[in-house]
Formats: sequence, structure tokens, C-alpha cells
Amino acid sequence: MNWKRKDLLGIEELTTDEIIHILDASVSFKEILKRPIKKVPTLRGKTIVNFFFEPSTRTRISFELAEKRLSADTVNFSTNGSSVQKNETLLDTALNIEAMKIDAAVVRHSGAGIPHMLAKRLSVPVINAGDGAHEHPTQALLDMFTIREKKGTIKNLKVAIVGDVRFSRVARSDIWGLTKMGAEVYVVAPPTFIPPYLENMPTATAMAGKNIKISNSLDNVIKEVDVIMALRIQTERHQPSPRRRQSGSDASETRLRQAGEGSFFPSAREYRQFFGITMDRLKKAKKDIIVMHPGPINRGVEMDPEVADSKYSVILEQVTNGVAVRMAVLYILLGGKK
Amino acid sequence: MVAKILMEEKELVKSWKEVAKQITVDYPSLSNLAIVGIRCRGDILAERLVKEIKKISGFAVPLGFLDINLYRDDFTSIGPEPLVRETKIDFDITGKNVILVDDVLFTGRTIRAALDALIDFGRPASIRLAVLIDRDGRELPIQPDYSVKKMAVGSGEIVEVKLKELDGKEGIMIVKSR
Repeated sequence: MNWKRKDLLGIEELTTDEIIHILDASVSFKEILKRPIKKVPTLRGKTIVNFFFEPSTRTRISFELAEKRLSADTVNFSTNGSSVQKNETLLDTALNIEAMKIDAAVVRHSGAGIPHMLAKRLSVPVINAGDGAHEHPTQALLDMFTIREKKGTIKNLKVAIVGDVRFSRVARSDIWGLTKMGAEVYVVAPPTFIPPYLENMPTATAMAGKNIKISNSLDNVIKEVDVIMALRIQTERHQPSPRRRQSGSDASETRLRQAGEGSFFPSAREYRQFFGITMDRLKKAKKDIIVMHPGPINRGVEMDPEVADSKYSVILEQVTNGVAVRMAVLYILLGGKK
Repeated sequence: MVAKILMEEKELVKSWKEVAKQITVDYPSLSNLAIVGIRCRGDILAERLVKEIKKISGFAVPLGFLDINLYRDDFTSIGPEPLVRETKIDFDITGKNVILVDDVLFTGRTIRAALDALIDFGRPASIRLAVLIDRDGRELPIQPDYSVKKMAVGSGEIVEVKLKELDGKEGIMIVKSR
């Protein structure tokens, strides 16, 4: 296929063919990770800047390893000790770094849409490494890659996404991706964690909406699904920031905020009781179910330690696949004549 | 747009078998030999060599496949990024005599990339090159150790190899380049 996009900002705008193209390319890059010398000279002489305006371990290291294993030069930017603290605007910072002649930018930010804004203003490819509660496209791609590798296909699979769907960019990207690939997605969460956008997901994009089922009971769903994906409770996004409070236009959201902190999430113990992935619950599931988590795991809350370390868990394989998928994305965006 | 048929199926198959035979003569012990084909026709030719050597000697030589797209020196100038196929070398090449296989040796740049890729997998005792067609137009000091036919082709012409496994038909022809 002839890749046309400059950036990778979200799964929402990708076609099914584009998703398949990235997943197919990832197979070859995974093979490189098994070699004694895990490095190819493909992006020699290219410079990639990782802009991480929000804490990250897995994603930042995964991107950096993907870049290094393609022989690109990497520069890591973080807000601490930078001119952001001298009141320089984000855009000015980015334009200045671009003026030093870079070849791509990887961006993570707590504000939804920041990578999109930068993509419009920068001439180099921008890769979204997570923007607020909006999208995390490479995570969804690695999730789909892992599911496809384990199950052979994504089409017609039943996938449960359990937990803090409302504030999870991973969930949103996964819902877009999995429904485009023909899976049936069960969104399982307490009512406070069901995002308002689910009901509004445009029915025009045929697959979405049709293949999404919402449930407030994990016990009802667990028997049916092939894949169960637990999400981390995004406590850092539960407290409304001053900015969010101003822009809170959604009525239900305002109501929830007025109820004060904690209204999303009563207690870890109560959450585990109803939505935790436990061995007891897994006994009711299909024998070949796989359990996923984007990390970092709160052991004993969204998932019990025995489950995370069990034969059902593919969590560490997700991490390995993340490097392969990010190599594929960089290769596709930076390679070839555009 | 076929300008000239260079070799028909029968001759191709037969002459390639002779290459296999020559390899068994050059490497009588075979135990330290490995054959690695470059995608996406060298891999088929490599597989045929392994089969033929097995038929002659009863010995199964380890077979690997190499995709060299990630090692190209013209990576940013070849248009849309090529599809990267899986490289598969699931044996240790260190200390082995490796026969690298491709269909046509032209500029030598593919082989240069393949040598780089191969050496990332270990340190072979030796690497030799087997190709069907050794044509003119070399840009690097690379020469084959085994070839079926050596020939000069016009600069506007391309040697095209068709193999049954991939193309459904078999033969070698010269076509005008666009």
C-alpha cells in the first residue's frame, strides 16, 4: 500500500487497510528483536525528538528503543529544566527544536489535541504518544498486534475493556481500532466510568456504535469474551484541573464534578470486588481467554497479582510487541519518498 | 513487453541443479554449510538448492531467508517504503560456510546490503554468492562464485526471472525498462 499520512495522531482517522499495513510490517520488526544484534541501519542519520510533557516509563523507553534499533539518533525532551519553565509556549519550544533540523517528533501531553496542533505547525512527522484522555494510537496498535498474534485474527472476537474507560486514551484508541478490525467490544465499567462519547460515537463510521456493548457487570460478560483488557484507574485525571473546570460544558460531567472528588471511584476494595480481574472470575471464562493490561498495573485493584502472572496473561508480550509496532510506525512514517 | 526469452523453464531447472551439484563437490563434508536466500526470489532458489543437495547427498543443509530492505542504501529514494518481509535464520551462522543466493546480480548493492544483514546474525567462516544471472552494470566490487549465465545486457534493459512458486510460470527474459 502507498502510505500517504505525514503523522500518526489517532486510530480514529485510520482506515482498516492502514491498520493492517502497520500490523503486517510489525511482524518483520518483531523478528529483529529476536536477533543477537537487535539493530538495523534503516534510519541512520535521522534525528527523532521525544517530547514527553507527561510522566512515562514504558512508552518513552519503548519509543527510544524502537528509534535506536532503527539506528536513528534520539533526543529526549522533558519539561523539567526546560524553557517551558521560563514561560515559553509549547509551540515556540517545538518550532525552535524543529529549526535544529529534526526528522520526526514523538509527543506525549496531558492535553488532548496537543500532538494534532503540533502536527499542523511542524513539517516533520508527529507521532502521538498519548494526548490526555483522547488517544494513544501506538498502544492500540500493539494491543491489536498482540491479539492477532495470539488469536490469529481480530475479526469476530469478543473483547472486554474493563475499568476506567472514561479517562483512558488507551480504551478510546482500542475501541476505534478493534471495531474497525471487526471485533465486538464490550465496555465494562461502573456507570461513572462509562464515557459519554460512547453513545455519541458517530454511527456514520458504520462499525463503531454497532459493535460496542456497554455493561456494568463483569460477571455477566466474562463467560462470553475471548480477550479481557483491564485498564489502570486514571486517578491523576479524576481531579478536575482548573483548565478542565472552565471548559466543562458537558452537563453530566459538571454534575459529577460538583459531587466532588471520589465520585468516580468509591474505593479500591469495592472496585476490585466488582471489576477486579481475579482468578475466581477467570474460572468462569473461556479456557483460552487472554488477559491484557496497558500498564502500569495496580496489582490487587484492577487485576490480582496471580492473574497478572498467570498463563492467561500476555502483558509482558504486549510490552515486547510495543517496540516492534513502534519500529514499524517510524519506518512507515520516515521511510520512502513522500 | 518481453524483448527476448533468455532461458526456458527446462534449462533453468536443469542448470540450477548443476549449481547444487557443484556445491556438493566444493563442500564434500556439507556439515558446516548453510544456504541463505534473499527475498523474494533468492529464497525460492535457495530452497531448491537445499532440496537438490538433499537428493544428491541425503544431507539437509540449514536454510535461511533474508529480507534486505532495512539495509538498503537507497532507502529514502526508492519511493513508497517497500514491504518488509520476515527474515528467518533460525540457526547460528557463526563458523558456517554460507552460500548467499539471489536471482540476478546487477549493481551489487543488494548483495552489499545482504552481507551487512548476514553479519548482524553472527560471524560466518565464509560467505559465497550463487546467482542465476551474472549481468553487467556492477557498481560495487562484488562477484559471484556460482552463476548459471554471465552476460552483457543493454543499459535500458532488465533481466527478469520468473519462478513457478511465486509467479506461476518459469523462465528468464530480457525486458525493456520503462
